Amino acid sequence: MFRQGMAAAWRAEIVSGACSRGIRRKIREKISMENLLEIKHMRKAFDELEVLKDISLTVKKGEVVSVIGPSGSGKSTLLRCATLLEKMDGGSLFYLGETVCKPQQGDAGDSVYVSKKELKKFHRYFGLVFQNFNLFPHYSVLKNIADAPLRVAGIPKQEAQEHARELLSQLGLEDKADAYPCQLSGGQQQRVSIARALALRPEILFFDEPTSALDPELTGEVLKVIRQLAQEHMTMIIVTHEMNFAKEVSDRIIFMENGLIQEEGTPEELFHSSKERVQEFIGKLSDG
Amino acid sequence: MQFGTVLLQLSKGLVVSVEIFFLTLLFSLPLGLVVAFGRMSKNAVVRTVTKVYISIMRGTPLMLQLIVVYFGPYYLFHVRISAAYRFIAVIIGFAVNYAAYFAEIYRGGIESMPKGQYEAAQVLGYSKMQTFFRIILPQVVKRILPSVTNEIITLVKDTSLAFVIAVAEMFTVAKQIAAAETTVVPLMIAGVYYYVFNLAVALAMERIEKHYRYYEG
Repeated sequence: MFRQGMAAAWRAEIVSGACSRGIRRKIREKISMENLLEIKHMRKAFDELEVLKDISLTVKKGEVVSVIGPSGSGKSTLLRCATLLEKMDGGSLFYLGETVCKPQQGDAGDSVYVSKKELKKFHRYFGLVFQNFNLFPHYSVLKNIADAPLRVAGIPKQEAQEHARELLSQLGLEDKADAYPCQLSGGQQQRVSIARALALRPEILFFDEPTSALDPELTGEVLKVIRQLAQEHMTMIIVTHEMNFAKEVSDRIIFMENGLIQEEGTPEELFHSSKERVQEFIGKLSDG
Repeated sequence: MQFGTVLLQLSKGLVVSVEIFFLTLLFSLPLGLVVAFGRMSKNAVVRTVTKVYISIMRGTPLMLQLIVVYFGPYYLFHVRISAAYRFIAVIIGFAVNYAAYFAEIYRGGIESMPKGQYEAAQVLGYSKMQTFFRIILPQVVKRILPSVTNEIITLVKDTSLAFVIAVAEMFTVAKQIAAAETTVVPLMIAGVYYYVFNLAVALAMERIEKHYRYYEG
């Protein structure tokens, strides 16, 4: 229910339209082999400061990837470049095989972005949940969720509102539909923010420290939602400091420091890493 | 002169004052938004020209600006001024002046908006226009209401400046009667009229502010 992407619907159409079974099977195989997100040699500097030095990352459909690391390691910048809030200086970025930007020459040269018009379509593919929710305070909870599908995706009002109510009830907030964000607790606001991102049926959901602005009591309810999404195989990239949660929910964990990926692997691999720095960092966070 | 006649004449003048008031708001509120955009423009030329305009409008007396607008066309372009132009000149002068004040109020409100609102809208796929008019501007309106109320109250009293180009708004009428009848009573009555006018404005603004209390932030 959460994760039927628009691309999935498109795929289903193409697949059913193709005439022979053989072709259908080949297309299905090709699409599932495609990487949902591909980042090659991402580089980003703000004035003199190089925040991202050389980041390469691929994410397949259904994967849950956690990104951990100390402050200033570039985790947020990585998310912001992937969601087009920032333009990366070098390297390339692909969604479902389609180019967002790539260097003119080589693999790690200066990024050249596709036209503004073409960039617009990529917003359908991802959603971003912010650390401080960024809900629209002058819209009701229902409108926060249903407005973008209506205004951006052109979905009829009735359908958008029904879908919004569905999402709210799946998140346990159906009685808050007419409330305003200022009337909700932090945990509830963050859950609405997740619903707002899901309403557009993105292929991949990014989370930028979703629980960092919440007190420990409210953190649990948000993690529960993310766990639910992981169980439904929603593709997600989660920047978090919640080590135990990351361990529990991720297929892969990435440890970043100083703009580089220092270590990458399954939770078991990472928690038993031979690298001192990784052990040190995880140790500090796990102590809580 | 009978008291009733005084009231009647002052009321006719009040109608003119009210006309000036509403027409000024009608033009200066949108114009102020345009000027605010100019003030925040990425283009350095546009930005500087706008800054100079705002500086002159706020730095010189409105009375003087009215005189310039009224007599300007004759002295600059040798265009003959008709009597009807007086009222138009008043509206132009007021609107252009108040637009500068509103522009700075708008700018303050817009610049105080958290970046997160823009970013959330951008990630969701809203266009720049949609973001500004549906997400940002409604929130800006709530924030700038107290400042706008201040300006509007000032405007009520500023309407009396129209006397300088002989537009018969209420204060002019009051002065004429006071001079003719050698009594200050008409001026006192004018004062009461202004106060009542302002009371109505303050009540209206309070209603609007109350409406915006449906949400916080």
